[in-house]
Amino acid sequence: MKREIPLFLTAVIGAIVLAGFFVPHQFISVPADYFQRCAVIVVAFGYALGGANLVRVNLEGIARRHPDWPYKVVLLVGMLVTLVFGLFVDRAKFQDPGTVSIWIYDNIYVPMNSTMFALLAFFIASAAFRAFRVRTAEAALLAVSALIVMIGRVPLGDAIMAGVFDHPGLPDWVRHLRLEPLQQWIMDWPQNAAKRAILIGAAMGVMATGLRVILGIERSYLGGSD
Amino acid sequence: MPLAVSARRCVLVALAALLLGVWTVPSSAAETAAASGASAAATATPTIPPPQPPTGLLYADVPNDAGGAVSLTWETSPDDSAGRGLVDGYFLERALSPGGPWEVVDSVDAGVRAHTDVTVRRNETYFYRVAAFGPGGTTRAGAAAGPAIGRSSWFNLSRVSVLVFLLAFFLLVLYYMYMAQTGRKPFVRRLAGIDAIEEAIGRATEMGRPVLYVPGIQDIDEIQTVAGLVILESVAKMTARYDTPLRVPVSYPIPFTIAQEMVRSGHVDAGRPDAYDPDSVQFVSPEQFAYVAAITGIMLRERPAAHLFFGSFYGESLMLSETGFATGAIQIAATANVHQLPFFVVACDYTLIGEEMFAASAYLSGEARLVGGLKGADMLKLAIVAVVIVGCVLETLGIHTLTVWMQTQ
Repeated sequence: MKREIPLFLTAVIGAIVLAGFFVPHQFISVPADYFQRCAVIVVAFGYALGGANLVRVNLEGIARRHPDWPYKVVLLVGMLVTLVFGLFVDRAKFQDPGTVSIWIYDNIYVPMNSTMFALLAFFIASAAFRAFRVRTAEAALLAVSALIVMIGRVPLGDAIMAGVFDHPGLPDWVRHLRLEPLQQWIMDWPQNAAKRAILIGAAMGVMATGLRVILGIERSYLGGSD
Repeated sequence: MPLAVSARRCVLVALAALLLGVWTVPSSAAETAAASGASAAATATPTIPPPQPPTGLLYADVPNDAGGAVSLTWETSPDDSAGRGLVDGYFLERALSPGGPWEVVDSVDAGVRAHTDVTVRRNETYFYRVAAFGPGGTTRAGAAAGPAIGRSSWFNLSRVSVLVFLLAFFLLVLYYMYMAQTGRKPFVRRLAGIDAIEEAIGRATEMGRPVLYVPGIQDIDEIQTVAGLVILESVAKMTARYDTPLRVPVSYPIPFTIAQEMVRSGHVDAGRPDAYDPDSVQFVSPEQFAYVAAITGIMLRERPAAHLFFGSFYGESLMLSETGFATGAIQIAATANVHQLPFFVVACDYTLIGEEMFAASAYLSGEARLVGGLKGADMLKLAIVAVVIVGCVLETLGIHTLTVWMQTQ
């Protein structure tokens, strides 16, 4: 019964939510919406479990003096301070300007988030360095395409190209070789075709996985053995 | 000043002003003169009349919905023409009975002759009227139209094509699953990325380092997370068999609890329940960059020998895979997020693209029903390719029937 009841619930709720896509009548749409709202409550309980795990794992790390235990202290203190101010001081007004919660958000969370995001520029640079090394014909094609798209999509690149290709002495057909339309062609045709092929394949995979879950064929997510 | 003299003076001032067309009373004469002058000025200035009302208000229940919308169409006011500036827009008024009371439910710009009221309650009777407004004021609303009732439909006819393909897909998958179960298991070509998972875990075992498994940064409502967690069980089984530590940082609480179950289940299936470490699965944070910071920290401090990224990823994909690349770990990634695939291709040793990730659980488990499902999906892909080609030919010939049928709402 430990596995049969969850499988039954998954099948019934999955079928109702799937039917809700085709049947707008309240007979189906109301329970489908209700089940989706119920998920929010389940998630709320999940956060309690997740938070408990976070505290336990980090407390153990501190108690055993793991090499990185001071970071765990910072994490737990930060979590505790944010929770205390949010739950007991700011309460329902925690999103209002002037509250401690908003101060923490604006002055600690946002700068740290921005810092992490800014690191992406360096990662892109190092990855691009490797990706654009021309070793094979395919790599050369990739590098040339990337160069055209990158230069053609930035206003400065197009302005530079305009200075070259818009010279009054050049014939009209040369003007059409500007990078801006060329990069747009790459994005609209080869890039879009490849992307859609991947998306269609992925959609098939999504449907197949959904069907396997609803029918109970894919049941390993329930844990335990049969 | 005697009262009689004052009154005579006021009359004289008013008469003079009327003749001159000037209504500024310079003297400290009675306020009455100014007031009467002002009202006279209003009469003298050319006034803009209110626009004529719109006509022909029609209503209809919006089809294929849950009964929450009524569409309205009308003929614009005769004064509503470009350049005249007599109409600024239209008020849409609604009442529960033809006699009112009326409430304004929305307004639209001049020139608009249709609107959908999406604030109606299912099976409730409504009456509508439309009034034009402009610089001259609001016109008297036209005749009320009704009763309009929003009724829910039993089937969304605009999604017939989706249903047809879905049923075809389900039938194909079930048919090939049945065939596989009866002993006719289809041939499945190997995928290098999936074969490399065991190789990566073996390498981690040899080096005495852990395996890092990242199931994406989305919640359980993302099917890629489900696929990633299903594959986790097979990975956990292999790590349990090799007695290699496994680290699984998870970003959302529900996938966290499922991941715990998957890892435990993998250890049980491998016959090593005693080797299961509940702390191998750790809840981190749903915040994207906090999650990234935690994982890159694990990569740099614990130096796992194998990094497996299976799930839904966004901007953090490159940060994770580049940091992993710098540590020298063998990396295998799988995602259906097309914008992140180039990053994984650049930084990882193997990348499973889109559908390959969803097929991975069938590959790893080798279960006949799951492998049969792959063949069913392939057959529908073949059908979709055929439909795309036929659609291109028909569109080229100017026949739009198939395209229209495929369009959904």
